[in-house]
Amino acid sequence: MRSLCLMTSLSLGLATTAAHADTPVLTVLTYDSFTSDWGPGPAVESAFEEVCACDLEFVGAGDGAALLARLQLEGPRTDADIILGLDTNLTAAAHATDLFAPHGVTADLDLPVTWADETFLPFDWGYFAFVGNAGEAAPTSLADLAQSDVKIVIQDPRSSTPGLGLLMWVKAAYGDDAAGIWADLSDNIVTVTPGWSEAYGLFLEGEADAVLSYTTSPAYHLIAEEDDSKTAWAFSEGHYMQVEVAGKLASTDVPDLADQFLAFMVSDAFQSIIPTTNWMYPAVTPAAGLPAGFETLITPETSILLSAQEAASTRDVALAEWRDALSQ
Amino acid sequence: MRNAPAVCAGASVLILCFGTLIAVEGRAGAESQGLSHADWAAVRFTLTQAALSAALSVALAVPVARALARRVFPGRTFFITLLGAPFLLPVIVAILGLLAVFGRNGIFNTAFAAMGFEPFSIYGFHGVVLAHVFFNLPLATRLVLQGWQAVPAEHFRTAVMLNAPIGAIIEWPMLWRVLPNAALVIFLLCLTSFAVALTLGGGPRATTIELAIYQAVRFDFDLSRAALLAGVQFIVCAFAALTVWLITPLNDFGAGLDRQITRWDGSKLCDSLWISFAAVFLLLPMVMVLWRGLPELFTLPQAVWHAAGRSVVIAILSAFLTITLALTLALRRGAFVTVIGVLPMASSSLVLGTGLFLIVFPWVRPSDVALLVTILVNATLALPFAIRILAPAVAAAQDDFGRLSTHLNLMGWRGLWLVILPRVRRPLGFACGLAAALSMGDLGVIALFADENSATLPLMMYRLMGSYQSDATAGAGVLLAALSFALFWICDQIGRGHAGA
Repeated sequence: MRSLCLMTSLSLGLATTAAHADTPVLTVLTYDSFTSDWGPGPAVESAFEEVCACDLEFVGAGDGAALLARLQLEGPRTDADIILGLDTNLTAAAHATDLFAPHGVTADLDLPVTWADETFLPFDWGYFAFVGNAGEAAPTSLADLAQSDVKIVIQDPRSSTPGLGLLMWVKAAYGDDAAGIWADLSDNIVTVTPGWSEAYGLFLEGEADAVLSYTTSPAYHLIAEEDDSKTAWAFSEGHYMQVEVAGKLASTDVPDLADQFLAFMVSDAFQSIIPTTNWMYPAVTPAAGLPAGFETLITPETSILLSAQEAASTRDVALAEWRDALSQ
Repeated sequence: MRNAPAVCAGASVLILCFGTLIAVEGRAGAESQGLSHADWAAVRFTLTQAALSAALSVALAVPVARALARRVFPGRTFFITLLGAPFLLPVIVAILGLLAVFGRNGIFNTAFAAMGFEPFSIYGFHGVVLAHVFFNLPLATRLVLQGWQAVPAEHFRTAVMLNAPIGAIIEWPMLWRVLPNAALVIFLLCLTSFAVALTLGGGPRATTIELAIYQAVRFDFDLSRAALLAGVQFIVCAFAALTVWLITPLNDFGAGLDRQITRWDGSKLCDSLWISFAAVFLLLPMVMVLWRGLPELFTLPQAVWHAAGRSVVIAILSAFLTITLALTLALRRGAFVTVIGVLPMASSSLVLGTGLFLIVFPWVRPSDVALLVTILVNATLALPFAIRILAPAVAAAQDDFGRLSTHLNLMGWRGLWLVILPRVRRPLGFACGLAAALSMGDLGVIALFADENSATLPLMMYRLMGSYQSDATAGAGVLLAALSFALFWICDQIGRGHAGA
């Protein structure tokens, strides 16, 4: 019985062992692939801890869109100081929670769009694209893909920012006909995963011909694995853009540390880690430029991006169309 | 006030089942926009997959049970015991095994590809049904086998002597009695499927109501929709549970299953094939899990061991709670207790979870109470099984020794301790083991509440699967299965009096 009590107090007592340390802890809530061993998390952590005299702790909580739900669930009670990994399709909804404080950073950003948001600060950007195997049939548009029998894996727009990005992509390109495109796409979709990691893993395991990812994804295979067999499909409707952002929570108990992190985020030390770990374009091009191999990537002729307000007002309608079409 | 404990126990079950439902209805009614097409699709999917899973499980169980009923072979008793294993096997572990056999890179698809066939995908409707048949074929086989063994051996002998058709006069009437019960029980179990749909379901097309509730909370943070769906789930389950309760007699699972009846009919080859089919279908996934996971067991990340510790504590506490409630209720017989005992069958992990979520959310951070809520919900959901196992033994002990105890003034706690407990020790151990194993392997309400610091072992496994850490997943799978079986075995042994009391 005593051992039972001991186990109970050990496990249920929510022992906060870390709280005894003197170094302040900065908790960053982010998406799973950011904190994974091959993601930017470990390198960013050691780079920031060299300059901050703090303990930087990344907490992975599913994919980007699930982060917002997680935050709503915790509200001002959250332990997180920074949320990293929302995108412009979610910033309006995130702003509406009143949980965020202004970022206060002035930086010279190299984004293809002008940035005026005072709450959320970008750390990287990219174009969504379907990534398939080189040499196999490659559709040339969303409509072409929908008509083909190519098998794809996509992500759930409620939990994943790529999934939500595709929802906006189809809606922005087809407007009222978006439901029809989804109805045609539905027989191409092998499965819908909660996050990007699961979908990309399924594609690599051969469960599908292609996966919704980014134009920059082939760079990973080319640079990290010296494998040129993966290719991003260029679509004639243009490609929807993603700008990934971070924000500071108003409830943070280490506001100065959070400010320091946001400033660090757009510095060279952070930005030079992004291209070959998160496989996205850095928000501020590093002094050394982009790594060799990035010049081989496709650059969309047309890029599409709804404003944060447009995206927020489109989301519910587009989501209902998506769920209805795919549940038939 | 000798009824006080039972009333307390009953009241707590009532509060859990109906209190959460009131919380759910309050929320759903307040801001309801009604069910969308996709929500209705989830309701349809839930019903269709449950119906097909039940039909297939029962249809396959008939030839397997018949083969087992009329063949004697070495290892038959062991095989029948093994049929009980999938009930204790954590769902997520079984799914890992099924993926190793039926996934794109699994044994079947590799063989298919070698023969030039198109590979098939385990994701979606057929994957969900496949997994449900895997879990429920053994249960169905045991239920049907009971039917066969309940037929007196003389009936078969007489039929053979008279050259009468065994099928028409003995087997069909028996099956007609047994099959609807078995099918309904399985239908009910499949209605509340969450972990299977979470891992093998594919998007809005393959979403059960339980999964839709989870998505509404964790993806959308749409508590009103979650509440609405929880209400629908409760109605569907309550209806099915009521039907099961009305037509299923209270019986003791698996008694006397190793009795053999000498038979002279049927094709031996055919029977051997059916038994082999069942053995391969049920054993192969378990063997694959062991084969892949055993070498990884000692290189598991620290976080997996922490999760395992949390799960063991949850399992022990919730099993203790289950048998306390079950014993308290069983001591006080009557309609009230019977109703309390089946009530949780009409509820589900995510319905109870959503209700508790709505109740605690305004006051505390849900992840802070994740483990407490999991203990409560797991204990409640295991209660119907525990009562079924305990009630007959408690009733027998009371009938046999009740008057004597009264004479000797052995009442209340002393009576319970000296008279009843020693006599129900065996079913008590069995029920406790079952509740502990079920709780250990459960992946349900925890998914709604947990953050990364409060994950149980099944949830940790699900996350490892999602991040493609296949070695760690396989190792965690073996650990989880081993802990579930060990908890069951230890409780059962204590009940049998083998371990030190």
